Amino acid sequence: MRESLLALSLLMCCLAVSGQDYFPKNDGVSEEDNSYTAFTNAKIYVSPNQVIDNGTLLVYDGKIVAASTSASIPNNSQVVDLHGKYIYPSFIEIYSDFGIETPKRQNNFRQRPQYDAKREGYYWNDHVTPDINGIDKLAYDKKRADELIKVGFGVVNTHFQDGIIRGTSALIALNNEEGDARRILDESAAQHFSFTKGNTSKQSYPTSLMGAMALIRQVYHDASWYGNGGADKLDRALEAFNKNKGLPQIFEAGSMVNALRADKIGNEFGVSYILKGGGDEFERVAEIKATNTSYIIPINFPAAYDVSDPVSAAAIELKDMRFWNQAPSNPKILADNGIEFALTASGIKKPDDFRKNLQKAIEYGLSEEKALEALTTVPAKLLGKSDQIGSLKKGNHANFMITSGPVFDENTTLYEHWVQGNKHVINDMGTKDIAGDYTLNVGGKTYDLVIKGTSSKPKIVLKEDTLKLSSKINYKEGWVNIFFNPKKEGGTEFIRLTGQVGERNTLSGRAVLANAATTIWTARKKTDAEKEEEKKDDNKAEDNAPEVLPVTFPNTAYGFKKKVRQQDVLFKNATVWTNESDGILENTDVMVKNGKIAQIGEDLSAGNAKVIDATGMHLTAGIVDEHSHIAAAAINEAGHNSSAEVTIEDVVDPQDIDIFRNLSGGVTSIQILHGSANPIGGRSAIIKLKWGESADKLLDPNAKPFIKFALGENVKQSNWGDNNTVRFPQTRMGVEQVYMDYFQRAKEYDATWKNYNKLSSKAKSRAKAPRKDVELEALAQILNKERFISCHSYVQSEINMLMKVAERFNFNINTFTHILEGYKVADKMAKHGVAGSTFSDWWAYKYEVNDAIPHNGAIMHSQGVLTAFNSDDAEMSRRLNQEAAKAVKYGGVSEEEAWKFVTLNPAKMLHIDDRVGSIKVGKDADLTLWTDHPMSVYAEADKTMIEGAIYYDREQIPTMLENIKKERNKLINMMLLEKNKGMKTQPPKKKEKVHLHCDTLIYQQ
Amino acid sequence: MKTVCNSFGITLLLIGQFALAQQTPAPKQSESILISGVTAHIGNGEVIENAAIGFNNGKITYVGSRSGTDATSFSKVINASGKHVYPGFIATNTSLGLAEIDAVRATRDFDDVGDMLPHIRSLIAYNTESKVVESMRPNGVLMAQITPRGGMISGTSSIVQLDAWNWEDAAIKVDDAVHMNWPSTFRRGRWWLGEDPSLKPNKDYAKNMQKIASFFNGAETYLKGEQKEKNLPYTAVKGLYDGSQQLFIHASREKEIVDAIAWAKEEGIEKVVLVHGNEAHKTADLLKRHHIPVLIPRPHRLPDSNDADVKQPFRLAKMLMDKELTVGIEHEGQMERMNTRNLPFYAGHFVAYGLTKEQALQMITQNAAKILGIDDMTGTLEVGKDATLFISEGDALDMRTNILSHAFIQGRAISLETHQTKLWKRYMDKYQGSK
Repeated sequence: MRESLLALSLLMCCLAVSGQDYFPKNDGVSEEDNSYTAFTNAKIYVSPNQVIDNGTLLVYDGKIVAASTSASIPNNSQVVDLHGKYIYPSFIEIYSDFGIETPKRQNNFRQRPQYDAKREGYYWNDHVTPDINGIDKLAYDKKRADELIKVGFGVVNTHFQDGIIRGTSALIALNNEEGDARRILDESAAQHFSFTKGNTSKQSYPTSLMGAMALIRQVYHDASWYGNGGADKLDRALEAFNKNKGLPQIFEAGSMVNALRADKIGNEFGVSYILKGGGDEFERVAEIKATNTSYIIPINFPAAYDVSDPVSAAAIELKDMRFWNQAPSNPKILADNGIEFALTASGIKKPDDFRKNLQKAIEYGLSEEKALEALTTVPAKLLGKSDQIGSLKKGNHANFMITSGPVFDENTTLYEHWVQGNKHVINDMGTKDIAGDYTLNVGGKTYDLVIKGTSSKPKIVLKEDTLKLSSKINYKEGWVNIFFNPKKEGGTEFIRLTGQVGERNTLSGRAVLANAATTIWTARKKTDAEKEEEKKDDNKAEDNAPEVLPVTFPNTAYGFKKKVRQQDVLFKNATVWTNESDGILENTDVMVKNGKIAQIGEDLSAGNAKVIDATGMHLTAGIVDEHSHIAAAAINEAGHNSSAEVTIEDVVDPQDIDIFRNLSGGVTSIQILHGSANPIGGRSAIIKLKWGESADKLLDPNAKPFIKFALGENVKQSNWGDNNTVRFPQTRMGVEQVYMDYFQRAKEYDATWKNYNKLSSKAKSRAKAPRKDVELEALAQILNKERFISCHSYVQSEINMLMKVAERFNFNINTFTHILEGYKVADKMAKHGVAGSTFSDWWAYKYEVNDAIPHNGAIMHSQGVLTAFNSDDAEMSRRLNQEAAKAVKYGGVSEEEAWKFVTLNPAKMLHIDDRVGSIKVGKDADLTLWTDHPMSVYAEADKTMIEGAIYYDREQIPTMLENIKKERNKLINMMLLEKNKGMKTQPPKKKEKVHLHCDTLIYQQ
Repeated sequence: MKTVCNSFGITLLLIGQFALAQQTPAPKQSESILISGVTAHIGNGEVIENAAIGFNNGKITYVGSRSGTDATSFSKVINASGKHVYPGFIATNTSLGLAEIDAVRATRDFDDVGDMLPHIRSLIAYNTESKVVESMRPNGVLMAQITPRGGMISGTSSIVQLDAWNWEDAAIKVDDAVHMNWPSTFRRGRWWLGEDPSLKPNKDYAKNMQKIASFFNGAETYLKGEQKEKNLPYTAVKGLYDGSQQLFIHASREKEIVDAIAWAKEEGIEKVVLVHGNEAHKTADLLKRHHIPVLIPRPHRLPDSNDADVKQPFRLAKMLMDKELTVGIEHEGQMERMNTRNLPFYAGHFVAYGLTKEQALQMITQNAAKILGIDDMTGTLEVGKDATLFISEGDALDMRTNILSHAFIQGRAISLETHQTKLWKRYMDKYQGSK
């Protein structure tokens, strides 16, 4: 005791010193108040896992002095007796735009694009604004503060929510009584990031998610170079970025997939972002856990869809309905998996909904302790402010709530919310809590009365026997008014009660009966024993745990309950198209072991392998699509004429239904190419269609680096409308010069680095490291033959030009894709050694395909050009087997060679033919079993296998469809129930994905 | 087994034969011709092996077994043993010839300004010299219903054959049908204006239906009167009321189809064809009851939703044929003009999903002719009908064997060469010459 007194007096000294006011005063005399406030007899949650029963909370000058059962109360203390009440630390809103206006989206649809930054003295991109400090834009918003205080928040971390690198947030106490001098806990509490470009600037770059990702990477490199004195000009943005490095780094990912993307960037630069998620993290919780970082999780659970009109309801997709059902379980699942997270009200429009959704999350299994941590200690820790906020430890700000009961209980009333020692009254503490179960006696009859909800908004259920009567309650200033209709059939006669809370929480007063006679009424609170007894009576009482439907991989229609496993399989008695010198083998068995083709022959013995009778069927290597745009969240980075810094690998979308649809067409490997919005596009992702796996697992580890280039109308923006005439190049002549320029720069860049890397470590320490340029690095890889070009191309002049440019820089173009006039320069292509990946028969869609002919493939093939047919289209890719057959029709390619157009040849172009593209012992078991000759229009893929795992099986489709139907029906019934309960619903809608082609420019998140 | 198809040589040879014909429209049939020894696909489901087909003056004069006719009575006999003969394929609801290059605005002539444009006539804009049109013929597509696009009432279509000097020559049925785009029950947000791009119930659906009803009420009233001051749009729908024209209603979803049929019946429009009908299977009984044929979309499209059967577009034909509806294939969609030449393969694709080959063929021959109201003159190989037919090396519904040696439109031996085959030949000559 003596010790604590000593500590106390020391503290007082400190407080006295630090509290010395130096402001002149002209409106009176000094009114310094040195009193304490002591809250006694309360149940105090010092922190979620430290609870004191019957304790005292001592507050002085806005700070906690003590929270214990044994705190001595100084004489100059105001004592507040909180018998039976609870004290909790205030919540922290870690993700907020409190007091800071976010600029609205400007519609720049019909304007000339802006390619350069508008700001001077800053970074070259206006969406990189680490120099912006939220505090400079903050205007304390009392009204909004009141709303937040009512919900339980005492501190907000607020920032300017615009741009990709957004600058710093300010940590603000919601102290409505004192000024900023007191409220501002930290002027720069964290640095913020997002993938969405800002509305402040109209600068084009980045136009895509992958562009945003590349931009962030380049900023890290540039900041490091700048920090080492590499620049000779001032860059206030990079200066700020370097200054903010030590702060917590908060990244608004907005969804599970984007969280994984942001984490990937973080790993590359040794930064552990605090990731603001999207509420869908449960869909791939294992991957989320593997990020090994902390999350900020919104609980803006979706409302049920209004499915009362079956025709409209049919448009809602299973995944969206499922999300409604599963989303409330997200916090529980994260907690169960040991993932650290803070909760945020961000995204919730009505403040009251925050509490409701919190209760919902708890109903779905989130423990109250975890919920409290997620709103107090976790955000405090994430912001590095555990010694100031988030708990009621000594020395922390006196931010706490006084409640009638457990803070998350729906019947609990929040009385007072103190922030920095300032009281905000939410509900009068003098008002007695009347929630409970009562026996009501009035007019000689007995009713069951249940009062629920908070003191300010109580609700009642009134029953006579088991029959519910229509009734209303009103409770104000200690007076209870109830009226109800005693007649079971309804009607207009009411019994009206008015009264007050008496001894032992009994309610009583005067009643006016339906016949206007007055009498006395009492409502006696039931004892626990009585309640227990009743519970037994209606034992059937609902099992309250809500039903959450299982997550599938991916969490959409056709998702698998468990990820598909490799198995040993023996295909018996098939016609086998080997694509090797063996040609086409009839009545042949193929054994698949450990994901590889183990044996090809007749009458192989199955051993433990699963036997698939393939009699009458054809077995081929899986189809390889050299040019695809499925399974990607973005396709074009159109903000610059070169975007070699972006990569589709960043934006692979493993949930795209087109993956499954492609499997149904026998496709196993694809190259997802960047689009054709610029002469130098972005890097490719070469993936295998492993439906159900995460994006990283789709990437083919065997693949070499590729990049997309493009020529012709698209890159010179011929069909982009009259506003898009300012970006260089606008002609084919300009296109060549873009290449000359970039390759020359890449060559010089490469030389600079090579020279630097040659230096001894001693010399290196004296020299300044050159600037790392993500874009030029990719181009240097091309020059060093470490990265291969697949170039979108149409007319012969430009095709020839690019080969010549490459030859001047001493490398080869790997593939011309589209290459519809390849037939005109097939001899030159063969000489250069470039492959041609073309359409079977597309033409007439723009001027440059005027001379496109379906015989193109046959002619190129005849001149020794490695030839393939590709899709560039989510629809066509499902039937590339039929497209191959068109090489037979148009130009008379042999069937065996035509089949290679969609299997072995594209595999060769992608440099993955050592593993896929033919049926050869030792290659990956990426196989398709066809019901018929694979190029017949009558053939259908029966099974599609990747590395020994069967991802598509025609026989399973009816079951899958039946399950989809049943699950939809179940969810629709659940939603109807929700609507019947009077819950809020949203109109039906279908979130359609836009099918992406080369020229798709939409910015997708 | 090594299936090595050597049709390359054969085709080159054939092209050589026709090299002189170019794409000049063929002259009238001047001599009687007998195609002998073929497998004849009649178009109505029947197949005659070792058959002979004779025609003279543009009309079919003999269809039957090879032995049933005297070859010497024909001026010319084409021995086509082992080959197949088919009625010319008919493309319905296509904008073929109304645009040449999609991206070049100056060449686009399929969609005009306004909502109610029944007076817009596709025929007069149909470009017989189109390079896209000529590329139909080597695949067996010899006739087409040329249809405008856009608006609520897009305009009036006409049916043409694909070997003509000008649109007057080309026409085989002028102003055959009025095309209406039934309002959509759903609409997408315009993302470029910052709207949520999701598909949501269309709030204007009822209002749009009302617009249609009110236009036709107006027309009906007008047509009953003296028509002193001519109203072009109203006059253009006259044929729908007197039965001389059909109404092609383009509608996709169940509710739209049901509403459209109810409206048409109420309005007293007798001849109705449903176009699109993605969800026609859900309304099959209704369609059957009203004898409404369906032109279903090409199977080369993606399913309507993520939840739908991945093979949904391929199964629709079978589902409707099983209900004994008259079903054909239409073409509206992405790159529809150039893709129209894939019509036989669209039909073939349905075979993998339940139809017989002859049923699939029927969709693009007899059924198409019936639906367009030209089955009295074409659509099947029957005596008295137009000799619009072709000979294929093999199964014409399969890409590998759809290789034409001869094609006739109304008895005229047409060229199978195109801008594309000429380029093919020119460049192959270049390479072969240089070796």
